[in-house]
Formats: sequence, structure tokens, C-alpha cells
Amino acid sequence: MPGQGAPLLGTAGEPVPDGPGEPSPDEPEAAALASPPTVSPAARRRAERRAERVTAGAAELERRLADLLRGGLISAGQSGPALWEETAARMVDAQAPGLANRVRDLGALASAGVGAHAPVRLLEECALLHLLAQAWLRRDRLPEPLAATVRSRVGLTASPEGPAIRDDWLVLAQYDTSDSRLITRRIWLHGTVSGRTALLLSYGAPGRAPDLALPAGLAVDAELTPYPGAGQPRTALTERFGAPAPTTVRPPGTTTSGALARYGAALRDDPWRESVPVTLEAVVPVPDGDGWQLADADEDQALPVGAAARSRPGLWRLVALSGGSPVRVFGECGPRGFTPLAAWPQGPGEAVPLC
Amino acid sequence: MSRTTATVAASLPDHWEQLVTTALLGTDRRTPPGVAPGPQTPSDLLDAAAAATVRRRAGLCPARPAERLRPAPEDPRPPLPPAAARRLAALLADRPGASGGGRRAAAPDLMELLPQWLQAANARGYAAPPQALPALLDAARGRTDLRPAALRFAGPRALWLARLNPDWRFALRTAPGGGPSAPDLRDPQGIRRLWQEGLFAERVTLLTALRSRDAAAARTLLEETWVTERAEDRLMFLDSLRAGLAPDDETFLERALADRSRNVRETAAELLSALPASALAARMAARAAACVAVDRTRDVPTIVVEAPHECDAAMERDGVVAKAPAGRGERSWWLGQLVEAAPLSTWPGRFGGRTPEEIVALPVADGWQGELHAAWCRAAVRQRDAAWSRALLGEPSAPEAGGPGAVSLAERARLLAALDAGERAAWVAGFIETHGLSEAFQLLGVCAVPWAPPLGRAVVDALNIARDAGSYPWSFSGVMGLAERCLDPSEASRLDALLAIPDEPEDAAPGAGSYWSEAFQRLVTTLRLRGAMLAELTPGEPAP
Repeated sequence: MPGQGAPLLGTAGEPVPDGPGEPSPDEPEAAALASPPTVSPAARRRAERRAERVTAGAAELERRLADLLRGGLISAGQSGPALWEETAARMVDAQAPGLANRVRDLGALASAGVGAHAPVRLLEECALLHLLAQAWLRRDRLPEPLAATVRSRVGLTASPEGPAIRDDWLVLAQYDTSDSRLITRRIWLHGTVSGRTALLLSYGAPGRAPDLALPAGLAVDAELTPYPGAGQPRTALTERFGAPAPTTVRPPGTTTSGALARYGAALRDDPWRESVPVTLEAVVPVPDGDGWQLADADEDQALPVGAAARSRPGLWRLVALSGGSPVRVFGECGPRGFTPLAAWPQGPGEAVPLC
Repeated sequence: MSRTTATVAASLPDHWEQLVTTALLGTDRRTPPGVAPGPQTPSDLLDAAAAATVRRRAGLCPARPAERLRPAPEDPRPPLPPAAARRLAALLADRPGASGGGRRAAAPDLMELLPQWLQAANARGYAAPPQALPALLDAARGRTDLRPAALRFAGPRALWLARLNPDWRFALRTAPGGGPSAPDLRDPQGIRRLWQEGLFAERVTLLTALRSRDAAAARTLLEETWVTERAEDRLMFLDSLRAGLAPDDETFLERALADRSRNVRETAAELLSALPASALAARMAARAAACVAVDRTRDVPTIVVEAPHECDAAMERDGVVAKAPAGRGERSWWLGQLVEAAPLSTWPGRFGGRTPEEIVALPVADGWQGELHAAWCRAAVRQRDAAWSRALLGEPSAPEAGGPGAVSLAERARLLAALDAGERAAWVAGFIETHGLSEAFQLLGVCAVPWAPPLGRAVVDALNIARDAGSYPWSFSGVMGLAERCLDPSEASRLDALLAIPDEPEDAAPGAGSYWSEAFQRLVTTLRLRGAMLAELTPGEPAP
């Protein structure tokens, strides 16, 4: 119910933060679930009540998924988008926005479902949703870091809990995605001393840019505090110490197979991960039919550029920057390909934003 | 193990494929592999699918690369200074629609500054930053006037890039030698092949490029296939000889005078008449001289005109159009054509060694002055004759402003183009001082940028007068826009006094004062920006 101290979570139609499978913004009440010892009895009761609602929602979702698979995905496809929308609304009612978003994405996938690939994607997403619901229902039996990841994936957010890392953070990329409810800004940072890769998230209502903005290509002396959860890159910007300044540091890179190995390893901590941030040391953009690949300069291997990135102007900037020669490229690597976000020329030069 | 390509489905292990089939049809109809039927079945299927999904994702392998591109050619030019590269990005980002459009008020129109920026960067020989090429090509795609400078600046890598994106195919047509099969201009066989097999646009491009490099070779190439070309193609090809026109083109052009197509004949005649030493020019000189003479028997020496009585076959062969347009007498029509095509060097000899000024000043009997002077204007433009242009323009402060004869503004602008830049600016400045800005737009358009100081001062003074007269600034928006782009940036400080909102005179248009202030504000801001822009391109020199 709305008005229970969870301002961003409520009935269907209210703003619900969180993209599919990504962490959600701060929401102190929910944080109580993660760190019980110091909360007030009232907050604990609220948290318990919410956990009960989510549990009821997860059980409901499991029933619906079972019904779906009993009748088959083909007949589900014939019943239209109303089925998915109704299920998503139930998940919103159950205060599980992470589940609701996944259900909505499934609906979009089902209604766009054409091509040889569609049934595979649909089954994959159903299976991962089932895995998440099961993980929530049995979270007591999970190791705490994985349980924190599950809570975050379901849509209960925690507070950043440190320890804080101060570094000169190179701003690798900043880009926004939006749906009808929310603009989500992602900022990828590379610690020029620590070598860590960190993610900052910021949200805005539709039509309003999120507050946080950092200049891509420059380094910021700042302190970041990680959020809990196994293998989660998300951090909060807790303090800035100076103006952004140019840097000659570039993140160290790997090969295309190294990038996929890193994605595979990340699934150990978080099987719902859609992508990992990774820098490719020396790759060449190569046209491949209607799309593009990034091919290793020294090996006979390549990653396809993800479909969404193909239509972006940044891809042409990357092709122009490369001119057929190897460049260093930072981006997100996942099962549907590589999304380039920043690149460095072969010679000296600042990072070129591609998003 | 699966690959992250579109062929995943084909390479699926059997187990996963069976899971997908079962999921599609439903567990009521199918039992998943290795699972006993029962109420738990859908959940078991999802368990198996989840494990398989994560396993498949964890085991992803890179794909095989497609054929790699040949690397772009080296661009030997030095890179832009960093500030200039940032400026370029800002200019390119200010695309129509990018800033919401609408009225600009006091903000400079950055897109209008791009041509200048490109010209300045080209003059200094900088290479374009590779990552700016897509935006540069997009800008040139939308604006054909930008293309030559944009493509020159963009350099060889832009052509490499343009071959990969159909949106930028124009670059391959526009750039000399940029076509997909463009041969090296030193490769005679490649040239011949393209000339014989290429598309029309490619052939025009080839001919133009070759003409600028080796005029005679281009003509020879054209001669080889001349008789087999279509009439409209012959006209276009012939037109490309205009560049680098030289006496040894005469033989070919003489033959083209007998062409089947009238348009081709006329163009050939026009080109020949621009060669003062050509036989056609001599024939026209003889014909024209027979019609125009000085009568010394009068009190004041006076030019008398005896227009031709007929247009014979020889005249027609030399490009004279026999049929006059409706409303024109045919004798004066023929006379105009003869005088226009006769070399201007004919006249001083014909008029007792008089200079062009003296000839233009002579009275003309029987109302022929308009016709005669207009024909000399056309001849001066065609032959790019500065002395005659100067004489025909006259004094800029004359009441008719250099208007001997029926000289239109457009013709004056063309005459001005034959003068050197300094003289042109001085003439237009004089014109504006006397006649104001309302007729000056076209004349300003032919002046060199940045405007010479006297011209800049004349324009600013005239704008000031227009403001004091109480009219609205948008009556002068054309000149204002030109001033933003063409005034010397160092004039900005002199404009500061104009930024204040003036007291409105009683008869002024309401609110005009603040609009003027805004317009001058934009002018000054734009000038400062241009000054900064140029300083960035010349590092080491202090900004103005």
C-alpha cells in the first residue's frame, strides 16, 4: 500500500526506480531488512510486513509462471500483453519493483517476439525470473552477500555500507536510459590508483535530467562507498575533493575472450547480471552484415556490437576513431554483445565518449 | 559452449533445444527431458532452464571475425589544438533542431560560423579529429554549401568512412577522386576505364578533377568519346572545360560550334569568346566594330551605333541566337550579342586610343547607350576585365551608383567580382555611405571576409543610422547576419556603445530600441566568438 513509508514503491503507475536486473536507489526503510540490529521496533515491523508482501508476491509469480509453462509459451503469446501487465501490477502491489520490471520486460519480449531467437530469449528470461523468485523464497539459506544481491534484484534497496574508497576516479562514461516512469543515469568510473571499476546511479522524473553529472574523460578526486551485495559494482558518491582534471591514465584492457570470461565469472556472484564493465585492450571495429563486431587486433576472435548500440552515433565515432586500426574500448559486455561506451585513440589523447 | 552470434539456436545442445520445445508447447503436452511428469513439472522445467541459461552465459565464446577493413590512409596534417577541437565539437553540436530552434535573440548562430571555422582550419592545414568526422559528414550532408570545405578538412579518413555508411555517399561524389572506383589521376588506364564505364556523376567528377590537374589531358579524354555522348551530357562535359580554359582548347571548341545541339553550340561560342585570341573572338570583334563607331563630326565626339540588319548563317554558327525574345527588337538583340562576345581590347583601338573610362563617358547617339553599356558589362564579366569593370561601375557615390546603362544590382555585383578585394571593399563602402543598406546586401555578398576596415565602418555606421531612424532591426536582418559572419572580429570593441537601449525618438517603431540592442548584442557576441575561434586555431598568439 502507498503511504507505508516507501515513497517510491506503491501501486501500479507510481514511479518505480530500477531498470531490469540492476540495483535500485536508496530507500532507507528497506535498508532495515539488511541491517536489523540497530533499527527501531516500528521500522523492523514495517520491514517484516514488506518482506511478507514480497514473499506473497514471489509465490504468486511462481504460480503464474508454472501456469504459463503448463500451457506453453506459444499459447501465452496468443493471449496478448494484458497477461504480463496484470502480473507486473501484482508485483508492484507486492512492493517488489525488481520483479515487476522483469515481468514488464518479459511482456515486451513476448509482444515483440518474432524471429528464431524469440522463444530462446523468452525461456531464458522466464527461467531467470523463476530463479530470482526461488532465491527470494529461500533467501535464509543463501550466504549473506548473495542474499543481499537477491534483495537488491527483487527491488529492496540497501544503503551503501563501505568501506569508502578514495581515488582519482576517471569518468569513463555517463549515459541515460529512460522509460515512461523514470530516467536512469549510469556513470562508470575507473579508479586510476585502485584499478577498481565503479558504477554511480542517479534518477530523474521523466523530462528532468538526473542531478548527478560528471564530465566524461576527466578524473575526479572523490570518495565512493560501495553498496552491499556480491559482485555489485554500484557505489554512492559520498565526497568530492576537487575539480575534475585531465588524466593520462587509461584502464588496463583485456581480449574479447577475456571479457567474456569476466562476464562468466561475474555470474557466480550474481546470475542475473546482464553485462559487466570491461575494457578491450586493442580491438578493431569490423562491419558484419547489418551489424558490427569488435575484433581482437592480434587474435582471430570478435565480439558482436549489441543491437541497441548499432543505431547510436557513438558507434560511428568509434569507427572513425579507429580508422581500421586497433583502439582501446570500454563498454558493457554481456550475452547479447558488447556496448561500446568510450574509446581511446592509438596515440595520445583523451577518452572519446561513445554514448 | 555457444557463440554470441545470431546462430545460437542452430548450435544449441540437444538438451537446451528440448527444453525450449517443451516450454513452447507446454508441459501439459510435453514432458521435459529427464523429468518425471507431475504437478511439479513446470517448476522443474524452469529450474533446468535457469541452470542451462546461466551455464550457457558463463560459457560464451567470442565469434569469428568478419573480414577486416583496410586501414584508413594516413592524414599527415597536424592535429588541431585542443581548444579548437572542443570548439569544433560545439559548432557541430549546434545543429538545427538540436537547440530547440525558434528565435535566437542575443545568442550567436553557431552553425553559421562553421563555414568560417572550416576555412580558417583549412588555411592553417590542420587535420580533423577522427571522432568529429561523423558529425562533420552529417553537417555537410545537410548543407551542400559546406561540402567542399568540410570534405577538404575531413580529409582522407572521411572518404574511408563514407564508404561504410550510405548516408555519406555524397562525400564520394563531391570529393575529387573520392569515388569508390576513383582511379589515381596518374593511372591512365584507371582513368580511361572509369571514363568509359562510370556513371555520369562519376565521369563529371573525374573530368573536373583531371581538368584541374592536367587541362589538356581532360580535353583529350573528352574528345575521344565526344561524338558518342548524349546532348545533355555533352553540355555538362563542355561546361567543365570552363575551368582552366586556354588557347589550345580552341580547336576542339571550334568543332563544337557545329554541334547538333544548340545549347552545346552556344556554350562553345561563349567559351571561345572568353579566349580573346581565338578566331571566333576576332570574327566577333570585326562584326561588333562594324556596328559601333565614333562620330567626330559632332561638337562632342559621340558614339554612333548601326545595329546589324540581319543574322546570317556565319553569325549563327558563332553562337549568335537569331530569334529575339518577345518584346525585344531583333537588331538590338543581335547587337548586344556581338558586343558581348567581342574582346574588350577591340574598343580602345576603335576609339582612338581612349581608355575604358573615357569610352564609357562618351555620349551615345539615338538612345543606344543602355544596350551598348549593358553588353559591355556582360563582356567585362565574361572576360573578367578589371579595367572595364571599374569603368562601368563608375563612382559609387553617383546618384545612379555606377549605373551607366541598365546595370542591375546583380550585374554590379558581378562586375565587382572582377576587381581586387581592396578595391571592391572600398567601392561597396562608398556605395553604402551614399545609398544606405537597403540595396547593399547583394554587393556585400561579393566582398572578401573579413570585411576591410573602411567597409566594416561603413556598415556599422549605416546600421547606426537605421536604428536612429527608428526602423525595426529585422528590416536589416540580412545585412545583420552578414555582419555577424563578415565583420572583422577586432571591430567588436567599437560596437560596445551601440549595446545600450537608446531613447526612442517619437516617430520610432514601438520597442525597436530594445530589439536593436539585442541585435547588436548578438553581433558583438558573435564577433567575440569568432575572434576566440581564430585565436584557438593559432595557438601562441594572444586572443584579441
